[in-house]
Amino acid sequence: MFVANRYPEEVNAALSDFLLRMADTSLVLGHRLSEWCGHGPILEQDIAMSNLALDLIGQARNWYQLAATQLGQGQSEDDLAYLRDAGQYRNLLLVEVPNGDFGQTVLRQFFFDAYHYHYLQALTESGDENVANIAIKSLKEATYHLKWSSEWVIRLGDGIEESHRRMENALRELWEFTGELTTPNATDQLLAVMGLTPDLSLIRPLWEQQVQAVLAEATLEIPNRAWMQKGGKNGIHTEHLGFLLAEMQFLQRAYPNCEW
Amino acid sequence: MDTQWPLWEVFIRSKQGLDHKHVGSLHAADAQMAMENARDVYTRRREGVSIWVVESKHIHASNPDEQEAFFDPADDKAYRHPTFYEVPDSLTHI
Repeated sequence: MFVANRYPEEVNAALSDFLLRMADTSLVLGHRLSEWCGHGPILEQDIAMSNLALDLIGQARNWYQLAATQLGQGQSEDDLAYLRDAGQYRNLLLVEVPNGDFGQTVLRQFFFDAYHYHYLQALTESGDENVANIAIKSLKEATYHLKWSSEWVIRLGDGIEESHRRMENALRELWEFTGELTTPNATDQLLAVMGLTPDLSLIRPLWEQQVQAVLAEATLEIPNRAWMQKGGKNGIHTEHLGFLLAEMQFLQRAYPNCEW
Repeated sequence: MDTQWPLWEVFIRSKQGLDHKHVGSLHAADAQMAMENARDVYTRRREGVSIWVVESKHIHASNPDEQEAFFDPADDKAYRHPTFYEVPDSLTHI
């Protein structure tokens, strides 16, 4: 459990918004990956994706606990995860995109991991020690996730004709959701000035280098499209998130306060 | 056509200083994938600090039909165990 750090009201509101984004992003991606459980292409990868899901849901718990602490309104991590609707969710749009085929899941994971890894690394230097500690803990997991997803992007992109074609489709589907990863909103800007979160303009080139290197090895070409989706950080989501939450929150909504 | 990836045997060392022990097998396209699959399948409950993977075809096993000829002759050779010596009291840690 965490002890809340005191900040001016405006900063604390931004910090809470950022913490919910970290939590929501990990939870939604973890939930997406858990949808593969029992449906993986082979047993070993079924387990691998469940492991990723569990890592991310574990990270989400840490972020929710810290968010609840900073919000200081007596909410629990479960309240934050299960009792907020889509408009209150702050996750990045990329992670709510449906799984598609295995290739699309792998590419979504890679785009996210390439961002997550560098972002967490920078977050370990956060001026808030609670944030830095969660980042340090999460970074080990993110390091393995990035290795896993990079290798699968390369295997499938530089694989057989069909796997290459599927990766090209996934690239077309997902590319427009990658801009948001390193595009700051008001929360990012305020917290970066306060030294609490990284300057995203420093993360972007790291992300681009990582993505260019892996896609080149995977013989995949980066789409020549500049237009990008955004909104997740501010609670404006694709139509997919509502369906995901309806399933994920069903039990808690239908049987309030149930435990097992 | 065989559409399965090759089979690999997995050996895990649970602690520094202990031996790698056979824990099971899995399918993978190459050694790197086998290593990561082993990590994901066999070390998720903190079972290990080191992994070896060996493609199953490289393991040559003794033939169960030859069990008697191979192993029974050792049954009545108790003198091969170093249990017939008097150990001096001054020797410890044996």
